[in-house]
Amino acid sequence: MKLREIAHSRTGDKGNISNISVIAYDAKNYPLLVAQVTPARVKAHFAGVVEGEVVRYELPKIFALNFVMDRALGGGVTRSLALDAHGKSLSSALLDLEIDAVPDKI
Amino acid sequence: MRTIRIGSGAGYSGDRIEPAVELAEKGDIQYLVFECLGERTVALAQQARLKNPESGFDPLLEERMRAVLPICAAKGIKIVTNMGAANPLAAARKTAAIAASMNLSRLKVAAVVGDDVLEACKQRDLPIMEFDGRISQLGNRLISANAYLGAAPMVEALAGGADVVITGRASDPALFLAPLIHAFGWPMDDWNLLGKGIVAGHLLECAGQVTGGYFADPLYKDVADLARLGFPIGEVGEDGSLIITKVDGSGGAVTAQTCKEQLLYEVHDPARYIQPDVVADFSQIEIEELAKDRVRISGGRGSARPPTFKVSVGYVDSFIGEGQISYAGPGALARGRLALDIVRERLELTGVATSELRFDLIGVDSLHGAQVSGHANDPYEVRVRVTGRTENLREAVRIGNEVETLYTNGPAGGGGAFKSARDVVAVASVLLPRELAAPQVQFVGGT
Repeated sequence: MKLREIAHSRTGDKGNISNISVIAYDAKNYPLLVAQVTPARVKAHFAGVVEGEVVRYELPKIFALNFVMDRALGGGVTRSLALDAHGKSLSSALLDLEIDAVPDKI
Repeated sequence: MRTIRIGSGAGYSGDRIEPAVELAEKGDIQYLVFECLGERTVALAQQARLKNPESGFDPLLEERMRAVLPICAAKGIKIVTNMGAANPLAAARKTAAIAASMNLSRLKVAAVVGDDVLEACKQRDLPIMEFDGRISQLGNRLISANAYLGAAPMVEALAGGADVVITGRASDPALFLAPLIHAFGWPMDDWNLLGKGIVAGHLLECAGQVTGGYFADPLYKDVADLARLGFPIGEVGEDGSLIITKVDGSGGAVTAQTCKEQLLYEVHDPARYIQPDVVADFSQIEIEELAKDRVRISGGRGSARPPTFKVSVGYVDSFIGEGQISYAGPGALARGRLALDIVRERLELTGVATSELRFDLIGVDSLHGAQVSGHANDPYEVRVRVTGRTENLREAVRIGNEVETLYTNGPAGGGGAFKSARDVVAVASVLLPRELAAPQVQFVGGT
């Protein structure tokens, strides 16, 4: 299934750094996020967009992850050539990630 | 326990004004905050001020003030805003004049000045955080340097009886922290209380983004009555307790989900959200829905403030030229790709000098590039977009020209061409020792 089925997401921007939150709709799916939405997978998912390191922060009390992606905004919001200079649409792209899940646990 | 209600009347300079009027009229609020200053807005405003010394503040200041001043004056609601941009004093004078023209000349307007630290940054030749280099290397491209000030000068203005407080560059959450410090007498070194105040400010500062804006996703995250989206209210107790809510009957929704998304918006390490007044810690926050459109946020903390102010440095970076044109019907995608190939080759043949070029098909791969969006089906229509970075305006203009001329020199059926060329004011950051900035409060009006 797609990440979209179990999580919602929002993108924020500062300079050339984009952050994306990934928040479980249901607390019981938070471990799936922790196990499968890894920095390496996020980096691979954004091949051609994110040039720098991807760091993940965990927020177990609100069942959320926060990904901080360096060199992700075409040189920075204020100078990027991109149509979406802020990277606002990146969160929707991340929700396209495939998640393996045991169906009866969802 | 004492509580106050703070409304958030704008999340950026161009934001809608009607929800702010609704907050003032029906929100039962004591403070109305307008956050209107983007990263590079001060630099652009500074360029305007150089041309006209009485300009350089938010272009919507007059419209906003005219819409809310009479209501706020009648109800005793204090206004705090960073609409001063590059010229808070002129913005305050303008606001006082607007108040006088509406028979509200008793209103006391205060300007916070001193965020302009260009001279101090030049003298120290501070290193730039985003790339290897120092202030001096920006040479005559340097436009402005403004420190993200904290709450202290705004608190001073409120203590002095200001009805309207207008700042230039200040930390966005500090616009909300200041009324809390003023109302409750929070000590400026009670890091946990200040941290809680920053949580409130952070959740409120983007206005509609916590009440259902930037959120709706049909079937997954539905939001009722988004067209009449209401702006948020923070109900804050003197112990820092916080409930996010909105005006009854307004559109949108305040839920645990909207609050979680906004809590992490533009945050890097959630345990260290660095502010001029405190380093806030969001990592232990808990979020609980109390009732419809009432969400409690608890567990915010803080630690000692940093020894420096972050300074936003505006400079002329480059020029950008752009052109767009559309193709539709069978074969639209192939003709769009052909058009891009033609422009790429023509820019080479004619020797347009660029340091960076980008070729997009809007509707196909413009947002996330060919790799991420590789599996798209053939769309009914595509829009060609070519952008390039150049050293001067003359070169930038040539990029759009090579797209526009596709009308008569490109694939069949190209329509709706558009072109533009503009200079790019970019923003970088430096860290300035606190003692080198000297914010001051100046009162205007109130006769």
